[in-house]
Amino acid sequence: MFSQTLAVTMINLRSIPQRWALSLATVFSIALVVAVLLGFLAMANGFRATLSSTGSDDVAIMLRGGSQAELNSGLSLDQQRLIEEAPGIARDAEGEAIVSGELYVIVDGIKRSSQTEANLPLRGVGAAAPSLRDNFSIVEGRMFEVGSNELLVGQSVQREFEGFDLGQSIRLGTNEWVVVGTFSTGGSVFESEIWADLGTIQNLYQRGTSIQSIRAQLSSPEAIEELRTYAENEPRLNLDINNEVEYFAEQAGGTSDLIMFLGWPLAIAMAVGALAGAWNTMYSSVDTRMKEIATLRAIGFSGSSAAIGTMVESLLLAALGGLVGALAVYLVFDGISASTLGSGFTQVVFSFAVTSDAVFGGIILALIVGFLGGFVPALRAARVPLLAVHRSS
Amino acid sequence: MTALYTLTDLSKRYTRGKESITIFEQLDMTIDQGDFISIMGPSGSGKTTLLNLLGGIDRPSSGAVDCEGTRVDKLSEGKLAKWRSQHVGFIFQFYNLMPTLSAAQNVELPLLLTNLSGKERKRRVETALDIVGILDRKGHRPAQLSGGQQQRVGIARAIVADPKVLLCDEPTGDLDRNTADEVLETLQLLNRELNKTIVMVTHDPAAAGYASRQLNLDKGRFVETGAA
Repeated sequence: MFSQTLAVTMINLRSIPQRWALSLATVFSIALVVAVLLGFLAMANGFRATLSSTGSDDVAIMLRGGSQAELNSGLSLDQQRLIEEAPGIARDAEGEAIVSGELYVIVDGIKRSSQTEANLPLRGVGAAAPSLRDNFSIVEGRMFEVGSNELLVGQSVQREFEGFDLGQSIRLGTNEWVVVGTFSTGGSVFESEIWADLGTIQNLYQRGTSIQSIRAQLSSPEAIEELRTYAENEPRLNLDINNEVEYFAEQAGGTSDLIMFLGWPLAIAMAVGALAGAWNTMYSSVDTRMKEIATLRAIGFSGSSAAIGTMVESLLLAALGGLVGALAVYLVFDGISASTLGSGFTQVVFSFAVTSDAVFGGIILALIVGFLGGFVPALRAARVPLLAVHRSS
Repeated sequence: MTALYTLTDLSKRYTRGKESITIFEQLDMTIDQGDFISIMGPSGSGKTTLLNLLGGIDRPSSGAVDCEGTRVDKLSEGKLAKWRSQHVGFIFQFYNLMPTLSAAQNVELPLLLTNLSGKERKRRVETALDIVGILDRKGHRPAQLSGGQQQRVGIARAIVADPKVLLCDEPTGDLDRNTADEVLETLQLLNRELNKTIVMVTHDPAAAGYASRQLNLDKGRFVETGAA
């Protein structure tokens, strides 16, 4: 059975050049389906990877209860003071609580790629902010000075947006700023931010002493429970407390899910179109080889070998399409930088990530298209009437 | 002589729309081992249909096709395919070779249904090609061969598994006279030297002349017209 199936399969595959145009169209259409799917997957994966690489489980982020995102939150200096006295908060060598009250406002930036405006987060931070970010380093220039109109710019912002080169002056809203440094946090979402002195931001944006979030270094990941208990029992505190890992996972979920909700239906709709193409190609394959199949069956080959041969041809064309699509997406998109609107209504810069899991998923989708496209033609091949041996061509 | 085929009360009818067309009715025939039979007759007389029934690629409407005690018309599809591979070699008017395979690969096809080793298959393929005088063309594809050479490859494919019977459907219908004579001489050789039973359908009286027994099928009845 194996040798006859192999023989039929080889005959099928060797005859592909006789139907090269249809076969190529099938490969191309399946490649397109896989490319679209992988494009969306790469975007969602890249976005998720950027946010999931952000944050530590021993850093707590606190927002006003029910606010869900920093932009909606509002906290007071008094509340920050209460947190500084809370149990579970780590202290530095001088015994000061490692806590950073931060203010988060939105400014406009011009994207280098499209020359369009997009929202950028301008974060007012205190002295403790760098120590609360893993892998923080100033890669160029220096830290801003307290009370000045100086900016420290994330690497991704500098790469994707105009006007943030070192030493450059830039107008954000009604205020003039000078870029004095660039920072990195190892590719995390913080690199999509612009930092300035908290007091300066509060003054320029008339926020008094209010802040929007409090970050605090925990003495251990487990200490977050002590902090939660403390906050629940303190009537002046109405806070949502999460560690950063939980917070960013929640923030990533919405946007990456949205990308996937767009990606899968589009890929499936296109897959249906590709399915019609595969079906047509395989029908043509069986039709043009009707006499050959009948001859093989007259010699004694089984109908199932003809069916399997047809199915293998369909699956191979589909797999080839899948590989071409995956390779194209990998070569074109993998690692390229892009930005999209994050949950804080600001741009999050991330890199497309074509992962092996995504490629595997794309190839599986291609094989499903190949299987469904080849199934009925394979049945037809198995049932080719033996009397077709007498056809003249 | 031993009877190879016994056809009894054989009928074949087709339905076209509401019309029932009778090809032949209650046909009886015996084919002996070692016969070389030619069947002639006008178009539509049922020559090729009869060949199909003998080869098990069609089934009678009624009656029996017996081949050495096996009721061919009663076999299941799977058993019939196996029976064809072991007992029958087909030779077609238009050769029916696989265009993407070489002559040797075409001839090897029936052997892929056996348990023979690759080495043994190769030996048998070369023997078959040698018998039909085309061993030197074993690596050529059909498109690189003349019509006569292609038909020789078709004959080699038909004999390579050593079947008892060769069923030939207009084997020289697409060949010029000289080439046709060469092919017919090869068939004669196979009949005479290897004792192959041959049933050949033809329109060509000259081709029929190569057979040892000539039958004419007309209006559903056989008329014996000659014997060599």
